[in-house]
Amino acid sequence: MQVPAPFEYERATSVDQAIGLLDRLGDTARLVAGGHSLLPMMKLRLANFEYLIDINDLSDVLGYITVEPTQIRIGAMARHRELLESAELGRAFPIFADAEKVIADPVVRNRGTLGGSLCQADPSEDLSAVCTTLNASCVIRGRDGDRVVTMEEFHRGPYETAVGDAEMLTEVRFPLRPNGASAYEKVERRAGDWAVVSSGAAVWLDGDVIADARVGLAAVGPNTAGLPEISAMLTGQRPSEELYEQAGIIAARSCNPVTDMRGSEEYKRHLAKELTRRALRRSVNRINEGS
Amino acid sequence: MTAVEDRKVTGFEDNDRKPVGHGRMLRKEDPRLIRGKGRFVDDLQLNGMLHLAILRSPMAHGRVVNVDISAAQAHPKVKLVVTGAMLAEKGLAWMPTLSNDVQAVLATDKVRFQGQEVAFVVAEDRYSARDALELIDVEYEQLEPVVDVRRALDPSSPVIRTDLDGKTDNHCFDWQTGDEAATDAVFAAADVIVTEDIVYPRVHPAPMETCGAVADYDAVEGRLTLWSTTQAPHAHRTLYAIVAGLPEHKIRVISPDIGGGFGNKVPIYPGYVCAIVGSLLTGRPVKWVEDRSENLTSTGFARDYIMRGEIAATKDGKILAIRTNVLADHGAFNGTAAPVKYPAGFFGVFTGSYDIEAAYCSMTAVYTNKAPGGVAYACSFRITEAVYLIERLVDCLAYDLKMDSAELRLKNLLRPEQFPYTSKTGWIYDSGNYEPTMREAMRIAGYDELRREQAEKRQRGELMGIGVAFFTEAVGAGPRKDMDILGLGMADGCELRIHPTGKAVVRLSVQSQGQGHETTFAQIVAEEIGIPPADIDVVHGDTDNTPFGLGTYGSRSTPVSGAAAALVARKVREKARIIASGMLEVSVADLDWDKGSFHVKGDLTKSVTIQDIAMKAHGAGDLPDGVEGGLEAQICYNPENLTYPHGAYICVVDVDPGTAQVSVRRFIAVDDCGTRINPMIIEGQIHGGLTDGVGMALMEIIAFDEDGNCLGGSLMDYLIPTALEVPDWETGFTVTPSPHHPIGAKGVGESATVGSPPAVVNAIVDALKPFGVRHADMPLTPSRVWDAMQGNARPPV
Ligand SMILES: Cc1cc2nc3c(=O)[nH]c(=O)nc-3n(C[C@H](O)[C@H](O)[C@H](O)COP(=O)(O)OP(=O)(O)OC[C@H]3O[C@@H](n4cnc5c(N)ncnc54)[C@H](O)[C@@H]3O)c2cc1C
Repeated sequence: MQVPAPFEYERATSVDQAIGLLDRLGDTARLVAGGHSLLPMMKLRLANFEYLIDINDLSDVLGYITVEPTQIRIGAMARHRELLESAELGRAFPIFADAEKVIADPVVRNRGTLGGSLCQADPSEDLSAVCTTLNASCVIRGRDGDRVVTMEEFHRGPYETAVGDAEMLTEVRFPLRPNGASAYEKVERRAGDWAVVSSGAAVWLDGDVIADARVGLAAVGPNTAGLPEISAMLTGQRPSEELYEQAGIIAARSCNPVTDMRGSEEYKRHLAKELTRRALRRSVNRINEGS
Repeated sequence: MTAVEDRKVTGFEDNDRKPVGHGRMLRKEDPRLIRGKGRFVDDLQLNGMLHLAILRSPMAHGRVVNVDISAAQAHPKVKLVVTGAMLAEKGLAWMPTLSNDVQAVLATDKVRFQGQEVAFVVAEDRYSARDALELIDVEYEQLEPVVDVRRALDPSSPVIRTDLDGKTDNHCFDWQTGDEAATDAVFAAADVIVTEDIVYPRVHPAPMETCGAVADYDAVEGRLTLWSTTQAPHAHRTLYAIVAGLPEHKIRVISPDIGGGFGNKVPIYPGYVCAIVGSLLTGRPVKWVEDRSENLTSTGFARDYIMRGEIAATKDGKILAIRTNVLADHGAFNGTAAPVKYPAGFFGVFTGSYDIEAAYCSMTAVYTNKAPGGVAYACSFRITEAVYLIERLVDCLAYDLKMDSAELRLKNLLRPEQFPYTSKTGWIYDSGNYEPTMREAMRIAGYDELRREQAEKRQRGELMGIGVAFFTEAVGAGPRKDMDILGLGMADGCELRIHPTGKAVVRLSVQSQGQGHETTFAQIVAEEIGIPPADIDVVHGDTDNTPFGLGTYGSRSTPVSGAAAALVARKVREKARIIASGMLEVSVADLDWDKGSFHVKGDLTKSVTIQDIAMKAHGAGDLPDGVEGGLEAQICYNPENLTYPHGAYICVVDVDPGTAQVSVRRFIAVDDCGTRINPMIIEGQIHGGLTDGVGMALMEIIAFDEDGNCLGGSLMDYLIPTALEVPDWETGFTVTPSPHHPIGAKGVGESATVGSPPAVVNAIVDALKPFGVRHADMPLTPSRVWDAMQGNARPPV
């Protein structure tokens, strides 16, 4: 049994109270949501915090998936499993179910949260790639109220986010647009493993040309933020295999993978290309199947 | 009856047969294990028990300059802190390994691998013990590590084992087998020679339960009780007696329920010794249970053989000779568990299942700055490496000769009339009938149809592979004239006692780590004596309550202890026959045995059951002249030879041409382990072993970075397969009994782990044939498969 160093523990009763505690305790404290990223690090003693503020009692207030006419709002405490099983979310953004099916295992998915995933800011994190692909924005609450940031602003680098010491992420917003679909492709060495590389794509058609398209990658370097070059290249074009191929080539050269036990840099670049191509193809097929 | 109980589960109905003897039946131990009532080392709670944690080396190679324990000692809950220097004062800093090397219990002079034991803390609870480790201040002088095994013998490499007198290099041992000159001659004259460099990377057994112990020393009685995760309680007790100087009769080793061993729990680890020292010094029971990272980084690894294999053949595919040169990485200490005369285990069976003219192997083993171990992980003493080598080579030959790999094997398999067969490296294969086993696997697979499908798919650019492997194992160590571990002969005792009411207890010297001994051994005895398995209690894993023997590993339990159980039951039956002759008033020659009762020849109405006899043996009234009361016996079985199970495996894979991901679509395993005692248990062993094999082929490796840091220190990094990576296993069998085993049984526990890696790798390499790939080393992760597709197949180390 791996055991963490001693720490104090408190259960938050409201969002404001949690923020108050963070404000008072400073960077010796951490929020714990699902705990599936934080606790393993603490058990391995790679991270030691004096205080843990448990926000699981806030899952009633922060666990929602709300569909509105122009956007879907998801609370930071929505669990992986809820994202996987939500039929409404699945209809609007099939990329969620694609990704959630291959994130970790049911035990982790029962507890791990959207907020924890984004705030962990692991470059291999799948939901960050999903949020990037869908052009999401993040609602961060502090003592002085809410501010809203884009995904590009939210992720400052590996394990670093725009969330300040006395702040927490409360909600993620996804704009809804007509005639679109999305998909997620991941290669892992084994079920439940982190991605070797993954790629998400979202495409919106206007008639038979691409009105907009976005691609988000995971596990290929610090920056999972969108690939504007791909969006620019695809917009206004008719979907085709050649086009997906070109998008893949851009993905492969725009990322910064490193060789590790998951694979060589070369292979990862190859995957960025191959998976981007597959995700775009699948997105377009989904639009066509739906219409 | 509930609806659930009513439901018929296809394939499992016959589990309820409750055979009196061999046959399919549910495992007796499972109700306990399934309901969470198993009793493992970590479940043990004793009054006043303290907890031990071990401080480990952060680096692969370094000199220990100073260890300051004062802050740790000042921790309010800490009872004891011990360093290597303190152990050295008691002469306990070093201990013998199972290969006659020595290993540091706690480092005194140097640390030699990352994760090596440096100091330990005993505290009131597990958390405090772990916290106090951070208060120990160790000053190291970092030394250059030896990580690349190929450079271990370079004169420029630093010497790891400076503790050994006069040691000036990292050489561990040389070993050879076979006839070099004869082999060279056959090679010189052969039409075809195929050479391939084949690496079997370092892997780890990773049992679900990590290693641990509870030591309880009673200073008044001078008695030590040690509960520990050991596959060999008796051998361990003897070694503790020798190392710690405690009298053997005052030591009791108990191996309770064990959560998987796979060879990982054969060695004595420093942690066990630390727990004993902790209890001796505090006078309280001390528990040590390692965590997952400790298990993966410091306990017995497996494999780590770098092999150059050569195969000589005629151009029409008759295999003539095998030659191989092996570089073996033994880590920092030679902790290999193998019979003393076999430093390379049973690697000598690398000639496989084929009728060849000559064979030769030379091996060099070296020390590196990696964890010690060597023979572990269901490998039958290195037969895993041997079978992998030959089965890969045969496929390389098939590739070069453009022959079908199944046809090539069929052409070269030993023929039934050649048994008992003496191999070119001196192993005497007891029995075998290989071709029917191979044909059965091909039949189940629909081999010709698969090849047709593959041809069609290749036309379309799809990558499908069919891998064939045929193995012969040598298990059941072993005849004591040849085989011992540190001087202890590899025979096993067994004791059977029939109670007055006809129930029985059988005491074994081997220990189960999940193999189902409580069922199999009850069935072996039941078959011989006619008492239902439910009425036979199996006692094992406690040195005070069982006869001496060497334990469970190398698939030896059924070949050795199983033979002992059958023979002891026969011995009891012979005594029962004499008592029955008195009861029926006929001579023993006039009695027939009918599994559970004796009756007078030709008159079935005149009979007595074994239960009647048991009561008579203990009851009132006279027994026949010269017969003592009671119904019990004890024996010690010294096997005449090993047993040689075999099998034919066929694996079908699909490889995604875009991502290089492998999916194992089908796996057909036809095993021949001689007489089948409980087919359900055999299938369970096969299923587990096949899963192991898929894991090694696709994902498992204990790798190190260039500084010697272990890259497989958690189950997020060291991957083992899940249900999603494996297909529904398709099993079949043939039966070729062992001629020398009393019931004809052979070992089977490791067969599937031995036979499956080459089948999976052969299938993947076969799928990559359109890319001109003849060989690619494990683990075949998507990245490494893709490398092979690009023509860049690289060894993993
Ligand atoms: C075995 C295993 C396999 C996994 N595999 C994958 C995988 O394949 N793909 C993948 O994407 N992920 C994977 N994960 C990670 C998993 O998805 C985690 O659950 C997730 O990354 C973190 O969510 P959590 O709620 O558990 O966060 P926690 O562990 O509770 O928190 C993570 C960090 O976020 C902070 N935090 C949490 N919530 C908030 C908030 N609302 N506001 C501000 N800060 C907050 C915490 O303080 C902490 O620093 C795996 C995890 C495990 C254990």
